[in-house]
Amino acid sequence: MSGHNHMKLSFASRSENESFARVSVAAFVSQLDPTLEQLDEIKTVVSEAVTNAIIHGYDGRTDGIVTVEAEIDGDTISLSVSDQGRGIEDLDLARQPLYTSRPELERSGMGFTIMENFMDEFDVVSSEAGGTSLRMKKRIESKKALFN
Amino acid sequence: MKMSLQVELEQQRNVLIVRLRGELDHHTADIVRYKMEDAILRGRCDHVVLSLKDLQFMDSSGLGVILGRYKLIKGRGGKMVVCDTQPSVKRLFELSGLFKILSFYDSERSAVAGLEVVS
Ligand SMILES: Nc1ncnc2c1ncn2[C@@H]1O[C@H](COP(=O)(O)OP(=O)(O)OP(=O)(O)O)[C@@H](O)[C@H]1O
Ligand SMILES: [Mg+2]
Repeated sequence: MSGHNHMKLSFASRSENESFARVSVAAFVSQLDPTLEQLDEIKTVVSEAVTNAIIHGYDGRTDGIVTVEAEIDGDTISLSVSDQGRGIEDLDLARQPLYTSRPELERSGMGFTIMENFMDEFDVVSSEAGGTSLRMKKRIESKKALFN
Repeated sequence: MKMSLQVELEQQRNVLIVRLRGELDHHTADIVRYKMEDAILRGRCDHVVLSLKDLQFMDSSGLGVILGRYKLIKGRGGKMVVCDTQPSVKRLFELSGLFKILSFYDSERSAVAGLEVVS
């Protein structure tokens, strides 16, 4: 499997949709024949990003829209997760390990650290007017390629 | 509505065993919080064993709820230990530094045995 493929999902900012999003992206990425570990990493990253959009971007409101896009280009998967929520004021602070603006919700401030660790490239664009958009990439060396 | 996480509680003397089965994320973290909180505050347990053999998925929401219960137990003078973690779940414990705070065991039996030595 190689070449181009893409998908786009938009859904309500409800917590039930966190598992829907990660399972959908995992199914899409399966075309690249990833290892179980790589698939777990992608699921975790999608879960972190979508959860952030719901609890931080939309403050738990269920009337927001979260959009997840995935693109396959050769052996690389590109992911983007966007919301039109409140945006992030201080990106450097937000990306620090263990920083959370919502300790009272038992957040641990690990989401960004996990996403950066599990992906090869990671970038955030955020503004008060336009919400937050994450763009990330990961190379998937397929199991088949490892044997050739 | 069907939940993608099941919480099973078992009391063995002063130890509460909490078995999590399925997927622990933001959506399912509340169930774990309420069930554990209820059992800890009502029951006569001093310590908790988190048994994670059948936990197939966890993200930072899981770390948060586990850290929260750890603080509760610790504040009451008890210990919380973890056993039987899947590799992907273990990796998150390592990344977050929780690996250094909690003790990890290979099985429920060794976890309970480890606790009874300290109590
Ligand atoms: N989509 C978003 N919209 C607005 N703010 C965000 C968004 N994503 C992250 N943030 C801000 O960045 C901070 C750090 O995010 P991160 O995911 O690392 O930690 P957390 O969500 O607070 O805790 P955890 O992910 O461990 O549960 C958040 O506390 C929040 O203030
Ligand atoms: Mg987060």
